[in-house]
Amino acid sequence: MNALRKYFDKIKPNFEEGGKLHAFRSLYDGFETFAFVPNTTARRGGTHVHDAIDSKRIMSLVVIALVPALLFGMYNVGYQNALAAGQLEQATFWGMFFFGFLAVLPKLIVSYVVGLGIEFTVAQWKNEEIQEGFLVSGIIIPMIVPVNTPLWMLAIAVAFSVIFAKEIFGGTGMNIFNVALITRAFLFFSYPSSMTGDDTVWVAQDAICGLGYAVPDTFSAATPLGELAAGVAVPTTSLCDQIIGFIPGSIGETSVIAIALGAILLLWTGVASWKTMLSVFVGGAVTAMLFDAVLPSINDNGDLVNVAAHIPWYQHIVLGGFCFGAVFMATDPVTSARTEGGKWIYGFLIGFVAVTVRVLNPGYPEGMMLAILLMNLFAPLIDYCFVSRNISKRAKRATK
Amino acid sequence: MSLFSKANKEALTSPLNLNNPVVVQVLGICSALAVTAQLEPAIVMGLSVTIITAFSNLIISLIRKSIPNRIRIIVQLVVVAALVTIVSQVLKAFAYDVSVQLSVYVGLIITNCILMGRLEAFAMMNKPWPSFLDGIGNGVGYAIILVIVGFFRELLGAGTLLGFQVIPDWCYEHGYVNNGMMTMPAMSLILVGCVIWVHRAYNKDLV
Repeated sequence: MNALRKYFDKIKPNFEEGGKLHAFRSLYDGFETFAFVPNTTARRGGTHVHDAIDSKRIMSLVVIALVPALLFGMYNVGYQNALAAGQLEQATFWGMFFFGFLAVLPKLIVSYVVGLGIEFTVAQWKNEEIQEGFLVSGIIIPMIVPVNTPLWMLAIAVAFSVIFAKEIFGGTGMNIFNVALITRAFLFFSYPSSMTGDDTVWVAQDAICGLGYAVPDTFSAATPLGELAAGVAVPTTSLCDQIIGFIPGSIGETSVIAIALGAILLLWTGVASWKTMLSVFVGGAVTAMLFDAVLPSINDNGDLVNVAAHIPWYQHIVLGGFCFGAVFMATDPVTSARTEGGKWIYGFLIGFVAVTVRVLNPGYPEGMMLAILLMNLFAPLIDYCFVSRNISKRAKRATK
Repeated sequence: MSLFSKANKEALTSPLNLNNPVVVQVLGICSALAVTAQLEPAIVMGLSVTIITAFSNLIISLIRKSIPNRIRIIVQLVVVAALVTIVSQVLKAFAYDVSVQLSVYVGLIITNCILMGRLEAFAMMNKPWPSFLDGIGNGVGYAIILVIVGFFRELLGAGTLLGFQVIPDWCYEHGYVNNGMMTMPAMSLILVGCVIWVHRAYNKDLV
């Protein structure tokens, strides 16, 4: 660490006014403050609320919390590939993991290069400090797309969402919508066949650098939610597999256990709000039970209908992006409700909308993305109601 | 008074740029979103609005002194509705495919804010010739934005322009896919936003 500090101090003059690398000062500043807490302090006098943990430290914690899900996602990419090729017996743990690593790494790189590139350019252009919000979005984006998403699509979607969902609103901390989810929504509506389509998008098809296996052309694997939407009453994967994460799906969303590890870290450090997280689960579970009780399971002709409504409520929570969304996206401090009471309503409605979309609209097997984006829109309104309620309460107390 | 005096030129050219009905006054957005999925209906819609705005301005301006003030909106509507019906019938007779694509939006020109706005704000208090020029200017200003948005939506959403394939097969063979979101109205709102962004970047005094 000391050597790194010395190195930063040594190259610093190059980036100051008049230095030969002055044009890249925001780049330097970004990396310096990422590695070290700034050593400048507020001027004496006046009152300062001070906390040693700044937003870069919070972002680093979230990134660490995402690592288990990312690593498991890589392993699962290799596992699904070997399974699809019928080579599961021969495949080794490390072989599958490195295959997944090689499949996911380009997406991580593209996401970070494009997103940070735009952020650094804008910061430089407006003469501002680097905003660090993309550190988290950049790692989440590859985790919420199918493994076969082409890189150029990812690049366009990242550029679109960083410019239109974030920079236009004023950069990190000002965005109304979750940037990573806007990326996914853009991909979802622009290139539907590459995002859900014909069920060939969830499993890597070709060998990479001698690792992994070529999958037969005819092979297709639907996610459990995709199967439900297609009318299959019982998903082909077992509940145990669904909890551990050995199912087809977006790269980082499959494993409940890996996401739970991240959730524990976020809750333990107090970065994410337990109220939001808990209420998303409660909202999803209650809605699932409600639909199970209300909707008929067989129509007049004796055919099975509404199969998505009649799986157990815990399966709704285990499947798809429900856990990932609840833990890492609903709790995004920028786009979620900020009042303590508002967090309950905000979270509950996310769970409610997500399950409602799944059950009632077969066109969208997964509703978590739409649910969170919709509630992002309503978060300021929820906050407004709670704040004005508090104001009127206190006004009454004062006049008594 | 010459035909193209300074005031008349101003009436014709200011709606094209600094007083554009769509990107500055933000009027007529609804139809701009609805008909721009392809270039051809966008052009036809722009032309129709130009013709209707120009002639309704002219007619209202001719009779402006005899319109009782209390029922002026109804008189304006009658004139506009007559012109819209004519245009709609001409489209049905000579460009049936396009008129099907435009569907209700030709009829809805009657309620286009640009039209009513120009009649109220300009034709009711100006002579016929400047009113006519003002109508043409505003119609063309509207059409320009429609064509820009329609151009990008058709190019990126379908890979064609005016129905002819522009993006070569080579690109599709190498994995290029048309952007489905471009064919949705939501994206045209974002495109109009981009046009406003570029326009304001060049005209800083509008910001």
